[in-house]
Amino acid sequence: MSKNIKYWKGVEELNQTPDFKAAETKEFAEYLPVEDFVGDKDLMEGSKTNRRDFLKYLGFGVTAASLAACETPVQKVIPHVVKTDKTNPGVANYYATTYNDGNDYAEIIVKTREGRPIKIEGNKQSPFSLGAVNARINSSVLSLYDGQRLKAPMIGGKKVSWSKFDKEVEAKLAAALSNGGKVRILTNSINSPSTTRLVESFKNKFTSADVQHINYDAISFSGALSANEEAFGNRALPSYKLNKARSVVSIGADFLNTFPNSVGLARQYAQGRNPEKGWMSKHFQFESSMSLTGSNADVRVPIRPSEHAALLLAIYNHVASATGGTKVSSSSSAYEEKVKQAAQHLIANKGRSILFVGSNDRNMQLMAIAINQALGNYGKTIDKDSTIHLKKGDDNQLKSMVAELNSGSVDVLMIDGVNPAYSLPAELKFSEAMSKAKVSVVFANRANESTALASHVAASNHYLESWNDHQPQSGIYSLTQPTITPLFDTRQMQDCLLKWMGEDKSYYDFIKETWMTTSGMTAGPLFEDFWNTSLQKGVYEAKKDNNGAEQAQANTIDPVAVSRSMGKQASGEWEIEFYQKTGIGDGNQSHNPWLQELPDPISKITWDNYIAMNPTDARELGFATEYGEQKDANTIHITINGQKFENVPVVAQPGQARKSLSVAVGYGQSIGKDNEIIGFNVFPAMALKGGEVAQYSAEVSFEDADGAYQIATTQTHQTIMGRDSVVRETSFSTYQTGDKDAFNPAHTIATHEGPLNVNKVDLWAEHPVASAGHHWGMTIDLNSCIGCGACVTSCNSENNVPVVGKDEVRRSREMHWIRIDRYFSSNPTDVEERNYTAMETPEDNPQVVHQPMMCQHCNHAPCETVCPVAATTHSNEGINQMTYNRCIGTRYCANNCPYKVRRFNWFSYQNYDKFAALNPSQDDLGRMVLNPDVTVRARGVMEKCSLCMQRIQEGKLTAKKEGRPVVDTDIETACASACPTNAITFGDYNNKASKVLERSKSDRAYRVIEEVGTQANVYYHVKVRNTESTSV
Amino acid sequence: MQQEAAIREPLILGEKTYGQITDDVLKPVVGKANRSWWIAFGIAAIMALWGIGCILYLLGTGVGTWGLNKTVGWAWDITNFVWWVGIGHAGTLISAVLLLFRQKWRMAINRSAEAMTIFAVMMAAVWPGIHMGRIWLAYFVFPLPNTFGSLWVNFNSPLLWDVFAISTYFSVSLVFWYIGLIPDFATIRDKVTQTVPKKVYSLLSFGWTGNAKAWNRFEEISLVLAGLATPLVFSVHSIVSMDFATSVIPGWHTTIFPPYFVSGAVFSGFAMVQTLLIIMRKVMNLENYITIKHIEYMNIVIIVTGSIVGVAYLTELFISWYSGVEYEAYAFLNRATGPYWWSYWAMMTCNVISPQVFWFKKLRTNIIFTFFMSIIVNIGMWFERFVIIVTSLHRDYLPSSWTMFHPTYIDIGCFIGTIGIFFVLFLLFARFFPVLPLNELKTILRSSGEQYKKNTEDATQH
Repeated sequence: MSKNIKYWKGVEELNQTPDFKAAETKEFAEYLPVEDFVGDKDLMEGSKTNRRDFLKYLGFGVTAASLAACETPVQKVIPHVVKTDKTNPGVANYYATTYNDGNDYAEIIVKTREGRPIKIEGNKQSPFSLGAVNARINSSVLSLYDGQRLKAPMIGGKKVSWSKFDKEVEAKLAAALSNGGKVRILTNSINSPSTTRLVESFKNKFTSADVQHINYDAISFSGALSANEEAFGNRALPSYKLNKARSVVSIGADFLNTFPNSVGLARQYAQGRNPEKGWMSKHFQFESSMSLTGSNADVRVPIRPSEHAALLLAIYNHVASATGGTKVSSSSSAYEEKVKQAAQHLIANKGRSILFVGSNDRNMQLMAIAINQALGNYGKTIDKDSTIHLKKGDDNQLKSMVAELNSGSVDVLMIDGVNPAYSLPAELKFSEAMSKAKVSVVFANRANESTALASHVAASNHYLESWNDHQPQSGIYSLTQPTITPLFDTRQMQDCLLKWMGEDKSYYDFIKETWMTTSGMTAGPLFEDFWNTSLQKGVYEAKKDNNGAEQAQANTIDPVAVSRSMGKQASGEWEIEFYQKTGIGDGNQSHNPWLQELPDPISKITWDNYIAMNPTDARELGFATEYGEQKDANTIHITINGQKFENVPVVAQPGQARKSLSVAVGYGQSIGKDNEIIGFNVFPAMALKGGEVAQYSAEVSFEDADGAYQIATTQTHQTIMGRDSVVRETSFSTYQTGDKDAFNPAHTIATHEGPLNVNKVDLWAEHPVASAGHHWGMTIDLNSCIGCGACVTSCNSENNVPVVGKDEVRRSREMHWIRIDRYFSSNPTDVEERNYTAMETPEDNPQVVHQPMMCQHCNHAPCETVCPVAATTHSNEGINQMTYNRCIGTRYCANNCPYKVRRFNWFSYQNYDKFAALNPSQDDLGRMVLNPDVTVRARGVMEKCSLCMQRIQEGKLTAKKEGRPVVDTDIETACASACPTNAITFGDYNNKASKVLERSKSDRAYRVIEEVGTQANVYYHVKVRNTESTSV
Repeated sequence: MQQEAAIREPLILGEKTYGQITDDVLKPVVGKANRSWWIAFGIAAIMALWGIGCILYLLGTGVGTWGLNKTVGWAWDITNFVWWVGIGHAGTLISAVLLLFRQKWRMAINRSAEAMTIFAVMMAAVWPGIHMGRIWLAYFVFPLPNTFGSLWVNFNSPLLWDVFAISTYFSVSLVFWYIGLIPDFATIRDKVTQTVPKKVYSLLSFGWTGNAKAWNRFEEISLVLAGLATPLVFSVHSIVSMDFATSVIPGWHTTIFPPYFVSGAVFSGFAMVQTLLIIMRKVMNLENYITIKHIEYMNIVIIVTGSIVGVAYLTELFISWYSGVEYEAYAFLNRATGPYWWSYWAMMTCNVISPQVFWFKKLRTNIIFTFFMSIIVNIGMWFERFVIIVTSLHRDYLPSSWTMFHPTYIDIGCFIGTIGIFFVLFLLFARFFPVLPLNELKTILRSSGEQYKKNTEDATQH
């Protein structure tokens, strides 16, 4: 039974009120303004949103909102939609190219990973630089990723597009050229056949105008070039065969560091220094400041800069009297005995000796040529026909160009590859002169002193983004090819010139045209084949290169006339010499933190230049002779050639000639995100003397500034303290006796069975690596090592070693995995008497040892036993390995390491603010330089040399894929590959054919502090000096 | 009950009654803290907070905020660690070894000495923790089962032995100390009237009833724990010394380190006990319990252990010359004459030369002088560890790496911080815990009916 119950919605319904009745008829109880909206015809017609659109928007909105709530994927990864050919993730590509910045030159191989260049090594196929590089060259990859690079062209300081820039420059050029204006192109020494041709065609294009190209070297070789021109009619430097020279005498020449092709020379030098071939060269060095070259000399005589000339004449007279030449008048010298010794050695080795002169004085260089001619060295150790084209600058030409600028007659000034506003002597007043040019176009990588004065700044490519070709030496050609597309909106000078000439081709095509001419080929598959081969190889050696102009004729040099025009060298109470540091060179890479943190090979100071002074002089004047860590250097106000430098540090440098000073050029430029200025720029204090920029000045005075200056050095203790199991050295005569006990005695230990070799007495079980599998190790020849530091920067680059900056270096916390220990000799009597306090002070003119030091990979490693968590262990291939993930950072291992090679991550170098300005890993761009095969270490873990484990693995894999045993050439550590003198050999002791095994069995091989029983896997070779008796 | 010759001077002076002992010891616990306590606590708390701030900054930024470098990887951190561990030794020695030898005079000092041990070991444990580069992975040092396969700790490493030695030592000391406290907590429980403290102390006293069976068990467990703790006194510092002795660093690689470190630890521990108790007996009016006799006994321990340490120093010097090892010889020559000569001579003066004045009875019974000497010895022992750690490391085998160590404000702050935390803990202990084992003390009280009568007469006269 159903009930008929009625439910009401309310009393209104029950009562059926009029309002209710009215409302019941409507669909919606309340008024909805639909009609107001939809009924408005204008509004409806004005709107394009219909209902369907509304639903679409709604759906889209909801989806978008929900998508936004999800975490977005990593944004910085840009996938290869179409994978580029030969670019495989995890597989490196190598490109042959050439480094040439006007100061350094080398044919190189660039390693790229996923399209990024990350490592630079020497091109072993090079007949010129011989596969050697130096620190400046292998660090240059970091300059590519410098966040301070110019990112677009600029007019009047404002960024513009290239099209606007081109338009404006073309207009200015046209205006200048149409009415016969003057165009001056100032570049670093151009050795590129294509650039030379390009400049020529630029000139030919605008015949109505006065276009002139000037080569400029920041470090002038003008004197030597003029001398060679006078002697042989060819304005070019000769090439050397240093490996054939048995007698090397250098007067102020730092040929291992600053000469054109110093890397090639270093390799040849080391060949001549190997005593195992029965002879070794004897090297005399007369110089003022201790140079890298001087630190390697057998006989080093510190002389004041003004004495170089007189000494040269004295040597000439000795040689002349022995060879029947005309003698010249010369004043007697205080170094008569050493001079005689050097001259006699030269004479005894006629035809296999070399005399180098470092001076930029034309007459002194002529004298050097005369001596080398008298010794018959031309054609034997010196090749005047196969000339080197790396230095072409002419100081006189430059001077007249500045005069033209000053007169206001130059319409367009173009500058590429040099920074004259920074590096020219102040007396030329270049900055003022430059502002008088109507238009100045500066091609540059970074904002610098010259771009600040330029009306137009053309942001230029890094060399790793550029095309170019080179002819470093007669008959040798090489190519520069880009290894990455330009990172910024930049363009190289040559492409700009082509564009402004109205040519519709790229510089790349232009180079190919040049090479067609050079090779005598025509376009076609044959040429393409030749081109690709050359590009792949990086170098091309022409079969014959006998165009008549290069065949030099020897003119007779009149020594008397030359000696007379040498005149009296300016001397003063104090004299100051300008030199180049191994890391910074002429300063064109002074913004590179790897190079700033590379310790100077002699002073071990980083991040600064300073006035160097003999320690005795410093003591007499009351200056601190010890500095570094918390000990500050004193400061002085110094005036050089009228240029005043205030509050500059003065440093006591053993080996500096008495009453002489020296200072490094290349500093005073900014670095890092904070644009911090490092050191001070002394280029302006250099003066033109007799037409050439003089490398020293006698017009120097200074006063004590009573200030303190913080110096950051990686080594605060200078001497070896008589510890001959750390560094072993001997004389060549002792070595020649062949008696190993005389120069490399084994360590013995007294036992009940009588004295036993220290390696025979051991608490530990022998490590199993000796007989099975691989047993990696290394040998380092102290005779070959010249201390240049190329290995250090190479290691930084390969192993992502952080840059820590000056303050942390002062706290002795540099992170370098390999360092070069430099020891000065102490007074032999003190060593004999074990007078320890006195032994701490180096001699005033010490002998120097450079000892590369890195993890010795001990078979009985003290670090391994003490780690509580077994984070450092021995691999079954003989390597002491660090497991970063496991490390808790007790630093016990570092304390217990007798070699002190372990480095601790005191901070997070990737995140901590203190390192934000300088450490590449704190910058999106800088991070691109990191080697993806090597972990970037976290805060609080220990790290150290891994013997380039990643390279070992790669080499093993290569061999495995090819189904053969690993051979020596498969694996080379970063330090070994960078070493310009091949001092470092890496390999497998278990491979009977390996070079490292052979080298470790040499009579000269020893292990550092072997008596501690660490059984290191790194052997060193006793340093042999070509002296008569053992010193120490 | 203790039987002693009547002619012997009693261990507790002032002719105390049992009730007076209870009142004297519990006065600070049941009463209000005095001004000097608050001042001392305030200073200690500020030091502690500053130190904690420095430690937090250190943990947040990195070990680089200390002055360590590539050559000197340990300096103040491990110096402080060894110093604090050494200080800790006296407590265990007093309570365990002297208990086994039935030296009753220990009762006046053992409670505070043990408290000092506990707090010192806690402070010591701070250092190995915060000196780690990655403290958040500190659990790696424990041999825990893990999912990494055969990943295990390195049993060859003395640092790992340290972990075991210190943690064992700490736990045994803590248990020993706590067991001793139980009857005294019960006494407080019975004394206090406020509800909350009564609850707390009754919890702490574990329901102690004080019946004969309980006392019997108490005595037995004390003996057992003393037997356990005694070898630990020797093992802990021997193992700490092996951190150095097993290394290859000249100046560390020394076989005499274990006995030399243990005697040094006892030496410094007693000095710290003197420092604390001389103040405490004065502030808390405990002169009748901690008497000149106690101070003299401890001074005798100081002179004996100080002389052992002195012999060890001279032995080291002799062996470094006699061994003919160049590096060893230089390490010791460098200690005495190198750039850190001042720390070596500070150590020699404070540890070897100055304690010899205690041969004079007049001086070893002089409270002011003893206090002064206890500070000197504490300084000297800190320098001993500094000399061993820093001057050995800063110039080892390769002269190219020789450096100096320069402490930063954070080094200093962290050190002062641990001193602050230590004193905060000790002051809290003095305020809320019975500083003397009052129930045990009653066993050595020599009392008689005459004395009781005399006492009551004195009381009625006043």
